[in-house]
Amino acid sequence: MSTTGDLPKVQARPDEADASELLLDVRALPTFAFGHRSMMWWSTAGLMLIEGTVFGIAVMMYFYLRTHAPAWPMAAAAPELRWGTLNTLVLLLSMLPNQLAKRAAERCERGPARLWMTVCLLATVVFLVLRGLEFATLNVSWYTNAYGSVVWLLLGLHTTHLITDAIDTGVLTVMLFTGPFESKRFVDVSENALYWYFVVLSWLPLYGVIYWAPRF
Amino acid sequence: MSEHASSSHLNAPGGHGPRPVDGPHASDAARAKLAATWSDPPGFIGALSAINHKTIARRFIVTTFVFFVLGGLLALVMRTQLARPELRLIGPNLYNELFTTHGTTMMFLFAVPVMQAVAAYLVPLMVGARSIAFPRMNAYAYWIFLFGGLLLFASLAVNSAPAAGWFSYVPLSGPDYSPGKGSDIWAQMITFTELSGLLEAIVLITTIFKMRAPGMSLNRMPLFVWATLVTQFMVIFAMPSVMLCSTALILDRLVGTHFYNPAKGGDVLLWQHLFWFFGHPEVYLIFIPPLGFISSIIPTFARRPVFGYPAMVLALIATAFLAFGLWVHHMFATNLPELGKSFFTAASLMIAIPSAIQIFCWIGTLWTGRLNLRTPLLFVLAFFFILVMGGMTGIMVASVPLDLQVHDTYFVVAHLHYVLLGGAVFPLFGAFFYWFPKFAGRMLSERLGRWQFWLFFVGFNVTFFPMHLLGLHGMPRRVWTYPRGLGWENMNFAATIGAWTIALSVLLFIINVVVTLWRGEAAPADPWGAGTLEWSVASPPPPHNFDAIPVVHGRDPMWEPSAQPRFVSGLAADAREVLVTSVLDAKPDHRSWFPSPSIWPFISAVATTVLFIASIYTPWAVVWGSVPVAVAMIGWFWPKRSSNAFAVAREQRP
Amino acid sequence: MQSALSPAGIQASRVLDLWHVTLTVCCIVFAGVLLACMIALLRAPRSNPATPADLGNNERLERGINRSVIAGTVISALLLVGLLVADVITDRALSRLPVDNALHIEVTGFQWWWQARYAPENGGDGFAVANELHVPVGRPVVVSLVAADVIHTFWVPNLHGKKDMIPGQQSSIAFRADRAGVYRGQCAEFCGYEHALMAFSVVADTPSQYAAWAARQRQAAAAPADNIAMHGRDVFLNADCARCHTVRGTPANGTLGPDLTHLASRQTIAAGTFVNNAHNLSAWISNPPALKPGVMMPATRFAPGDLQALVVWLGTLK
Repeated sequence: MSTTGDLPKVQARPDEADASELLLDVRALPTFAFGHRSMMWWSTAGLMLIEGTVFGIAVMMYFYLRTHAPAWPMAAAAPELRWGTLNTLVLLLSMLPNQLAKRAAERCERGPARLWMTVCLLATVVFLVLRGLEFATLNVSWYTNAYGSVVWLLLGLHTTHLITDAIDTGVLTVMLFTGPFESKRFVDVSENALYWYFVVLSWLPLYGVIYWAPRF
Repeated sequence: MSEHASSSHLNAPGGHGPRPVDGPHASDAARAKLAATWSDPPGFIGALSAINHKTIARRFIVTTFVFFVLGGLLALVMRTQLARPELRLIGPNLYNELFTTHGTTMMFLFAVPVMQAVAAYLVPLMVGARSIAFPRMNAYAYWIFLFGGLLLFASLAVNSAPAAGWFSYVPLSGPDYSPGKGSDIWAQMITFTELSGLLEAIVLITTIFKMRAPGMSLNRMPLFVWATLVTQFMVIFAMPSVMLCSTALILDRLVGTHFYNPAKGGDVLLWQHLFWFFGHPEVYLIFIPPLGFISSIIPTFARRPVFGYPAMVLALIATAFLAFGLWVHHMFATNLPELGKSFFTAASLMIAIPSAIQIFCWIGTLWTGRLNLRTPLLFVLAFFFILVMGGMTGIMVASVPLDLQVHDTYFVVAHLHYVLLGGAVFPLFGAFFYWFPKFAGRMLSERLGRWQFWLFFVGFNVTFFPMHLLGLHGMPRRVWTYPRGLGWENMNFAATIGAWTIALSVLLFIINVVVTLWRGEAAPADPWGAGTLEWSVASPPPPHNFDAIPVVHGRDPMWEPSAQPRFVSGLAADAREVLVTSVLDAKPDHRSWFPSPSIWPFISAVATTVLFIASIYTPWAVVWGSVPVAVAMIGWFWPKRSSNAFAVAREQRP
Repeated sequence: MQSALSPAGIQASRVLDLWHVTLTVCCIVFAGVLLACMIALLRAPRSNPATPADLGNNERLERGINRSVIAGTVISALLLVGLLVADVITDRALSRLPVDNALHIEVTGFQWWWQARYAPENGGDGFAVANELHVPVGRPVVVSLVAADVIHTFWVPNLHGKKDMIPGQQSSIAFRADRAGVYRGQCAEFCGYEHALMAFSVVADTPSQYAAWAARQRQAAAAPADNIAMHGRDVFLNADCARCHTVRGTPANGTLGPDLTHLASRQTIAAGTFVNNAHNLSAWISNPPALKPGVMMPATRFAPGDLQALVVWLGTLK
């Protein structure tokens, strides 16, 4: 089933006040739609473009500083792989409840949506804790040198997205349980899932840069 | 159903009794309901809660204009100090603060935001929509912008202003050489204005893609809407760069990072790359919307559509792409490799071509049109003189050898003012004269307009033309004084006379606006006989813009003979219902219920301001300052029970 | 003299030649566009808002405009390519100045003055001067550019375009003076408070004059001849002057400020701000921040007799 669906057919009908005039009658149109048909999708897409650009430029900063450095990492060991790799797995796995929440929302099924959003919310707790451990095992501080500064910048930028994603997911999950609820909120749940995908998938190149680039 | 009012009152599905809907023959009651639905709430709290796009845009335009005047006053002081050599009216520190604030104000607080503000007013009207997308976010973007601008001027008022130039190069602006809070305030003001700009970009792109009237396929959009669309995409890709580089500066200054510290592996040129990667596209953020103004004004005053619509659209897109490939031309005097610099020379020369195509198409339009030489057209004609001259000097500075002589001299000051005033400010005044009747319902004085125009045109050239010669004769930029005997005296004096003339012309404009608002001639819906949709509604438009959303059958709906169907009907009059259409062909898709006025955007903006300002004093503010922001934004999002119930009653699933 | 329009060296000449070519092309294009505009304005019939808009394509007209737009675009593109070629040719020529037997100087930009270290050559030692460089006419000069604090820019328009001095990086500029004279240079990158008052001069001497100047600069300061000068030297050494300034031949070897060994041979003081005479020198030493606000040299409180003697001694440092 396509998430977006087909466009509804809208008829032109004669105006009662003047039969020679035709009117495009939109009374029967739905009051919400999913995917790129919705307005929220466009704001989420805009946000993804912006934040994707931010990540892209930050990664370029990393490699720029690296090409100017005699040695890399500078005066530090590469970040420990353990917590970062584990967190990457958690994030990748979280895409499953995320997709299930999205599907439930697009079928306007409040019960399953509640379930899977709660699972996602639990996942946010896990990956935030693991992220804290990642910071602790970077093996360099932000004030040590430019390498430390840019690694903390990259990880910090992504962490702000984890935090906002967690808050968004939390708010929507509560709303699914307590209301006030209208069907249009299913669109918000679906778009939150899109943002979640972005947060996870944008992490993959960042993970590569932070954890593996210094090893080559 | 009543006999005369036809489709005004219809039974809603679900049988909740008749509800008022819109339509071309809607009853007066329905129309009044529409207006009431879309109005802003009254009173002071109502003003803070307002989200009508015209209200927000009017505020936005006025605010940017106030910043323009403030920035201009700073320049007047600077020019007066430079009128004679070795003058000591003001000293170096104040002068350095003044030129920093002048540049920062004009670039960040005037030139880019005013274009977004004018678009925020006009785009919904031009595309046949009742509102802009995300009206609450639009309001929030305005408040953030206002608070950022106030921050900068507050710092000037307490003599804690930034003084490292609008471009704030490191290491001068870094922790070692700019003690005090000036550079931090500059960098955080960037965060405010770029946040505002980015949100506004999302708002405008979504409006343009999803809220066009049925039948307004992409290739029927007015060229101004295309210009706005292209600009907003540039905003999205350019502004993150300056946000990152200014944030890295604050981090270097506040928490000891080393992004720009060569002693610890940082790089001084990293700042320049990040800044100019934004900074070059920025001047196109300023230049491209006025290309849209010109494409709106010329057809109306030449009584024919602009020649070459597809070429004009492609030229806008090509300019936007190329603009991202030029930034190193601001760094020709550094030690970057020569071959790389030559690449940027080539790109900087090539970007002239799409602009040239547009100019030739406009001249072709004028050549074959029938001309109505009113004030808006005069300002547009000035573009052909001033901007083209600026483009010529642009070609000169695109060359590395020539730039190595004139970089950082008054030659560049001349070039940038020719392109920015010729390319943006003159067309902007043209746009004000053109659309003022629509915004305010009154016609500006044609006579005062001509006086203003000629004073501005002559004053501008007297001010800035001599600066080309000053630069060639060796006068560098950003100098608070200069010595006798180098031959710079007379040209500087002339430039100062010109500056005061420009000031007089701006004063005339302000007088024109004030007198017109007080007792100007009332404006009809379409005083200029124009072709685009904003002229089909009253001047000023009712809160809901259109009594009935038009159905569009061509590029110039007001000029084309009517075709059926002419209007949309069936949108609610008692709720903020908006028609959402498809991206390419604007086919009706669904009806979206838009949010009502709310104080939460204002409160969120205040909370965000506290977060931003506090975090230039202590990094912990990022933590505790985020909490009120999160609370405010949750309050903003959280629906009211009554509106939720209303929406559930009217809901219709896909 | 500080002008790009009066080249006194080959690099500046090449740039000026390119300027003439570019200016000519740009003037022609500008005139062409303006002419087209003027003709369009003059020949088009007039209208008012009620005049019906012309939507129907007049086929011949639209084809005519089409051809003109295409022609204009092609011509513009060709001219731009031509200019690009001229730019690249000039650029290459500038970077290929023959630098055999070049004079090597290392110039360091400080907030708000210039230090120049001449490399040793022909058996002679290197030496340091400040704010006034001498170069021999006809011989290439390679200047290595160093920034001590923030970004500065070395620029002598009569001789060449500018080059940035960037902290943490090396750069250099090569030029040749072909005509004797005094050419003023100025910092061209905003570097703080007194960026406006950070000038220097390049004096192009005949080769024999240059050799004589260099030989003199290599020598240490002459011993003071009379008592006043001797007293002045003592004042200098006993005050804090030596903490920042070097005078070879005395114990003073500070490096925070300009080398003063041959101060009296220079035409200006305070980085080209004031003429170098006893009156200005005296006022400067008493209160530098009053004359050049923001400068790092502090005000002093010498007794009048001491100050006079100091200035006399400084006057002997030719």
